[in-house]
Amino acid sequence: MVSGAHGLDSRASGVRLDQQTDSRASGGRLEQRVEEAWRIAAAVVDPEVPVLTIEDLGVLRDVRIDGETTVVTLTPTYSGCPAIDQMRDDVLLALTAEGIRDVRVDFTLSPAWTTDWMSDAGKAKLEQYGIAPPTHRSGERQGPIPLSLGVRCPRCGSLRTREVSRFGSTACKSHFECLACLEPFDHFKVH
Amino acid sequence: MNAQLNDAELEAAGQPPVPAAQPPADAPRTPARDAASIAALHDAEAADVHGDVSVDELHLTAELTGADGSAVASPDVAEYALRLGDDALILSQRLGWWISRAPELEEDMALGNIALDLLGHARSLLHYAGTASGRTEDDLAYWRDEHEFRCAWLFQQPNGDFAHTIARGLIAAIWMQELYTALSQSSDASLAAIAAKSVKEVAYHRDHAVQWTLRLAGGTEESRRRLLVALTDTWPYTDELFRDDALHDRLGDVAPRPSTLRAGFDEVWAAVLAEADITEADFTNPRIGQSSGGGRHGHHSTHLGTLLAEMQVLARRHPGATW
Repeated sequence: MVSGAHGLDSRASGVRLDQQTDSRASGGRLEQRVEEAWRIAAAVVDPEVPVLTIEDLGVLRDVRIDGETTVVTLTPTYSGCPAIDQMRDDVLLALTAEGIRDVRVDFTLSPAWTTDWMSDAGKAKLEQYGIAPPTHRSGERQGPIPLSLGVRCPRCGSLRTREVSRFGSTACKSHFECLACLEPFDHFKVH
Repeated sequence: MNAQLNDAELEAAGQPPVPAAQPPADAPRTPARDAASIAALHDAEAADVHGDVSVDELHLTAELTGADGSAVASPDVAEYALRLGDDALILSQRLGWWISRAPELEEDMALGNIALDLLGHARSLLHYAGTASGRTEDDLAYWRDEHEFRCAWLFQQPNGDFAHTIARGLIAAIWMQELYTALSQSSDASLAAIAAKSVKEVAYHRDHAVQWTLRLAGGTEESRRRLLVALTDTWPYTDELFRDDALHDRLGDVAPRPSTLRAGFDEVWAAVLAEADITEADFTNPRIGQSSGGGRHGHHSTHLGTLLAEMQVLARRHPGATW
């Protein structure tokens, strides 16, 4: 936890720090502080898929003010995902750099993360980046007969693709190859 | 967990267990990045340069918690979480050995990914177990001795050849899926949250094991022979997973009784064997009964001691080591 970023260079935190003090002095416009903190935290990107923000991913779950403390709640994508530690550090740094002094990042496992929370903007950014986005909602794949929809190659757009391995370069992706343009690519698994 | 690789693996690998996708230096930035975000980035860098932000505790591992981060487990719930946490931790440690040694690159990544998921489950469960006694997940992983571990014998079994790893993984994943499905209805909110998270990942593990079971069974004569040997060697460790004891009596609706998971397990198991064209007579030996494994009470097979020695040596030789 970063608490009390005292000595933060005034040039670095400047105006925002003053605003913060003002709003507290005027009795605390709580909603505005929450919105501000959300905006800053929401701009933090996934270290492994840097086109996606943690908001796009659905990893940013909650921002609230608890007394003097700004509490940000994140949820990991997969249980073992090592990127969550980096995301936590980045959220702490982004908020303290904006002059928010007392910050805590909590984690929650419930409700369990799902790719259904990924924003449409996020999916578009993924495809542009060369990663095929989740193809459908996660609930649709339950049942005895797994439904697998065609995954479109993010490079040439062909649906003639093949899953090479369900386990890709990170926990959240599987490894595909395109039978049309012959390029390999990552697919963000429906989860 | 700070020390998850053993010495030999560190030397051999010299890199994290799962290759992380490093963004290229010229990776396109998000177009949504506005001036304030860029300023935040610069500020963060400036703060770093000046060393003004206290980041000491950022090196600590995140402690993933269930529904409520402040939940404290009762001694019985802690004992239960310890059992499941140890199962996941020990199987994860076993699978980690395959990294850089699997038959093909894709399999290297698959087994590494499964190990990573299991390590995530272990962290959540051991963290929660530790709340009852004021210990951290690392305390529990690295500073308990063999008789204090509560994992079942199945998870301690050596990797053997690839077929043994698959047979062990198949039994483990079918059981875990039944278990976590039931446990997600637990009256204990933290266990329910961990189970609901884990069951989605275990589904991939089960699929992986099933696919390989079918491939080995229907592959060459040699692959089928090896799979049957592996099933013969591994099957005796199945019963232990379904044994009720006094702890389950006390837990009530906090946890499903292990015996109640058997029917669901048997159904899936039978379906996989039928698809693989294998009958129980093909791999069960009437002279080999089910193991009397007492892992839940700290009585372990000869394999656990050496596994722990390797897993714990770094943390014990260099207390507090981080990287």
